[in-house]
Parts: sequence; C-alpha cells; structure tokens
Amino acid sequence: MLVSNLEIVPGRRVLKHLGLVQGSTVRAKHVGRDLMAGLKNIFGGELRGYTELLNESREESLSRMLEEARAVGANAVLNVRFSTSSVAQGAAELFAYGTAVVLEGE
Amino acid sequence: MIDLIVFVTLLALGYGFGRMAETGHYRSIHRREKAFRNILLIAARFPPPDLVPRKTQLVAGSAVISVDYFKRFVAGLRNIFGGRVRSYESLLDRARREAILRMKSQARALGADMVFNIKLETASISKGRRNAIGAVEVLAYGTACVPQKHEA
Repeated sequence: MLVSNLEIVPGRRVLKHLGLVQGSTVRAKHVGRDLMAGLKNIFGGELRGYTELLNESREESLSRMLEEARAVGANAVLNVRFSTSSVAQGAAELFAYGTAVVLEGE
Repeated sequence: MIDLIVFVTLLALGYGFGRMAETGHYRSIHRREKAFRNILLIAARFPPPDLVPRKTQLVAGSAVISVDYFKRFVAGLRNIFGGRVRSYESLLDRARREAILRMKSQARALGADMVFNIKLETASISKGRRNAIGAVEVLAYGTACVPQKHEA
C-alpha cells in the first residue's frame, strides 16, 4: 500500500478514485507518565513518554485508515492529512484521512 | 515564608536545568541539521513533472517539548505587560526543528533525497490543576521521494 500526502504519484496514473478513507483513535495518558511530565514541567526538556504515546496513536489511526482502504480495494492512499484535537482533559484524538485510489502498475 | 522559599527554589531549578536542556538541545539540533542538509524539503504540493522517483512514501516526525518553571513564570509576567514572549518562542522553535529532523532521519533511512509537501502541525498539551502540565507537540510530515538508482 502506497501512502503519500501528495495529490499525484509521479510516474503512475490514477485509474480510479474510491473516495475518502479515515482512521482515528482517542488516547489518554497514564498516571506514571503524567507524574514524570509534571516533574519535567519544572526542569523543561522533551517529554519522551508523550512523544512515544502520540506516535503510537498516530500509527494506530494510520493503520485503521489503511484497513479501510484495503477493504474498498485501493492500492494507494493519497493526500493524507493528520489532525489532532483534545477531546477531554488528558485525552487526545488523533485522526488520519486521505483519498483511496487505484494506481496503475503493481 | 516556606512558600516563598519553594517558589524561589523551583524558579532557580527551572532556570538552571531549563537553560541546560535548551543549550544542549540547540547544540544537537545544529549538529544534526548540518548532517541532514543534503535532504531537500520542498513545500510544494506537486513535484516537477519530469521527476520520476523510484518510490514515494509518507514520512513523519514529532516531538513534545515541555516548558520549565522559569519560562512559565516569565511568560506569566509577559501576560501582564504584553509583547513578545521570547521564552515560548524558543520552545516552539526547538519543537519544530526537532520534528523536522526526525522526519528527515526517516527519509534518510528510506534513502530519499527530497521530501515534498511538508506540513507542520502544532498542538498544545495541557492538563491538570491550573494546567499543571504544559507542553507543545509539533508534528511534521511529508512525502519522501527515493530517486532512481544511477547505474555506475
């Protein structure tokens, strides 16, 4: 599955548009990580726990999107966008969406 | 009185460690930016039509950087008088450059030499009593282009 945030694929034609596919996940941080983050808030620096958490969640939403794309028979997802929004205190929604297409070639 | 001592200690700790973390981080950012200079970032939506890469793939990088106690205090003061909040500017700058560097390192792992359609997204993370945790997350993503191999 080809994933790209361009609207075209250089050198390959789009044979068919299959419409929007999307995937999302809502995550909350656990207490241990929050405790560390609280400490870090005094000293400054990177919150690695949060970076990891957000990356994992983003992977998750991306893979859900790809599942959907596979289900409609696409072999690529173009023009992928990410968006993040905080739903409630301490929980964030990570959302990925794009256009499922069928490309020529393998 | 004890409150004041705690406050001053936190302020000093924040200033000391925050400054240390920032200079260290900037040093590593400058070093890696030099190392990754050969990967071009292009914010255009369409690659030039004559460019036919062997492979294109989405790459992304993100970083969450926290404020320190001192910066938060200074920014609080700024809120009274208004004006540029320098202490937060450097925070965002660091987060953004770090995210871009992580994206570039993913691109390099693929063997790409260009990344098209760069998007940057910033989210602020805060929670707890009186926003006890304050941090910014920056996500950078784009499409990496792996060039055709030149047969030597």
